[in-house]
Amino acid sequence: MRAMIINKADESTEAGIPPSQKVLVGVGNLVDEMAKAGVLLVGEGVQPSSKGARVKVIDGRRTVTDGPFAETKELIGGIMLVQVRSIDEAIEWAARLAEILESEVEVRPVVELSDFDDVLPPEEIARQQQTHDRLGGT
Amino acid sequence: MTATETHGAIDAVWRIESPRIIAGVMRVVRDVGLAEELAQDALVAALEQWPESGVPRNPGAWLMTIAKRKAIDLVRRKENYQRKLAELGHDLETTGEGVEDEVDAALDGDIEDDLLRLVFTACHPVLSTEARVALTLRLLGGLKTDEIARAFLVPEATIAQRIVRAKRTLAKAEVPYEVPAGPELAERLSSVLEVIYLVFNEGYSATAGDDWMRPALCDEALRLGRVLAGLMPKEPEVHGLVALMEIQASRAAARTAPDGTPVLLLDQDRSRWDRLLIRRGLVALETAGELGDAPGPYLLQAAIAACHARARTADYTDWFRIAELYGVLVQITSSPVVELNRAVAVSMAAGPAAGLELVDGLRDEPALQGYHLLPSVRGDLLAKLGRYDEARDEFDLAASLTRNERERSMLLERSAAAARGDVR
Repeated sequence: MRAMIINKADESTEAGIPPSQKVLVGVGNLVDEMAKAGVLLVGEGVQPSSKGARVKVIDGRRTVTDGPFAETKELIGGIMLVQVRSIDEAIEWAARLAEILESEVEVRPVVELSDFDDVLPPEEIARQQQTHDRLGGT
Repeated sequence: MTATETHGAIDAVWRIESPRIIAGVMRVVRDVGLAEELAQDALVAALEQWPESGVPRNPGAWLMTIAKRKAIDLVRRKENYQRKLAELGHDLETTGEGVEDEVDAALDGDIEDDLLRLVFTACHPVLSTEARVALTLRLLGGLKTDEIARAFLVPEATIAQRIVRAKRTLAKAEVPYEVPAGPELAERLSSVLEVIYLVFNEGYSATAGDDWMRPALCDEALRLGRVLAGLMPKEPEVHGLVALMEIQASRAAARTAPDGTPVLLLDQDRSRWDRLLIRRGLVALETAGELGDAPGPYLLQAAIAACHARARTADYTDWFRIAELYGVLVQITSSPVVELNRAVAVSMAAGPAAGLELVDGLRDEPALQGYHLLPSVRGDLLAKLGRYDEARDEFDLAASLTRNERERSMLLERSAAAARGDVR
C-alpha cells in the first residue's frame, strides 16, 4: 500500500526561517534511511504559504487569493509518499519524522480505486483511473 | 497507546529492523538459525515490555541491544563449556579479548556491510533456488512462514521445512559470512538478482482472486531490489534489475481487463500505466547506464521495457531500438527465446519478411521444440505476408502445444481467420 506522511507548517516555516542544522541533518538521514529501506517514493517540502495561492471557482467565476494564509496549523509543510506493507509501518516511519521535527505528523493511506468498488460501477472506476493517470497521478 | 496499537507498532518495527538485527547478530554467532532465534528473543522481549513501557525512542537500537545481550550470554556459555572441556584435557582456543568487547565491536561495525553479507548468505549457491527464495523473504523481507507459503501457494509446513533445511545446509557447508570479492562476485551477485527477479515474477503472475500475498510479492521484490541498490550503488546490474521491475510494475493496472482476462502489452491502455514507477524506472536505468560500459542482461531488458514506457501509444514504439537491444541481449544470453523476441521486434521495425527470415532460422533450434510461441509468431508473420494456408497450419500447431486454455482458443480463432484470409 501507499501512504502519505504529511508534516505541518508552523510559525517559523511560515516566516521562511530555515530549520536548524540539527533538524536538517536529522531529516536528511531519515530520508536516506527510508530510501535505502526501499520505502520512500517521493519526498517534498513546500515553501511558506506567502509564496502560494488559493483558487476557487463559484458559478464559473474564478477567485485567486494570494498567500499567506492565517490558519498556520492547518497548512502543510511537506509530504512523503511511501510504499509500505501496512499502515503501522507508515506510522512507524512517521513517528521517526515527528521526533526529528518535534511536531505532529499526519499519516493517510493513499486512495486506491478498489476502495470505491462498492460505490462506483466498474466502467466509472476505469474512467476515473484514466483521468487520474493522465494527470500524472500515481 | 492501546495494546493492539502497540502490537501493530511492534510488528512494523520488526518488519523494518529485523534484517539488520539478524545481520548484526549473525556476525557474532555465525549461524543463520541461531541469529534469527536471538533476534526473535529480542522481539519477544519487546512484546512483553512495550505494551507496558510504550515504544522506546529508538526501537531498532533497543531490539539490537537485547539481541546483543542474548548473543553475549550465548557466547559466554559456549566459552564456559569449552573451558570445562579444556580442564578435562581438551584444547582451548583462547580469544584473548573479553567476550563483551568482541561482541560490541562486531555489533558496532557497519551494519550495512552485515546486511549485504546476509543477502549473499541467503542466496548462497549451496542452496536450491527455492530455498534461496524462502530464506531471502524470511530473513531480508521479514515475512512470516505462513505469508511466504500463501504467496507461493504451498503448505506452510513445506516452507517451514525448506527454511529449516536451508539453515542446516548453510551451517554444514560452513558458508563464510562475507561479501564475495573478485571474479566470484559477478556470479554470486547474479544469483542474488535471480532470486529477487524470481520473487517479482511470481507476484507478477498472480491472477484475479489469488490471495493478496501473491501480488504483494512484486512490492516485496521491488523493495529488496531498492535495498540492494542502496547497499551496492556501484553495480549497474542491480540498478538494471530495479529499473526493469519498476517499469514492469508500472503496467500492473493495465495488464488485466475488468473481467480478469490478460491484456497484451501492445493492447494495454497506457493511460493506466503508473507514471511515478516509470519515472523511477527510467532514473534507475540512467544510473545503471552511467556505471558500466558493457550492459548486462537486466539493464538490456530494462532498456527494452523503457522503450515501451516512453512510447505514448503502441504506434510510437521505437522498434529499431528494441530490435537492436535484443540483438545485444542475444549475444550475452545465447537464448533462442530472446532471438525469437528479436525476430518479432525486427518484423515490427523492418516488416514481416525480415522477421520471418529470423524465425525460420530458429525452426531447428532444439530448445524451441514444442514451444508454442515459435509457430504462433511464425503464423502471425505468414498471415501478414498473405500466406494464409501456411499461417493456419502454424496456428493449429501452436494451439496444440499451449497448455493455456485462453491462449488455445485465441490461437484457434486466428487459425480460422487465416483460413478465411483475414490477417487477424
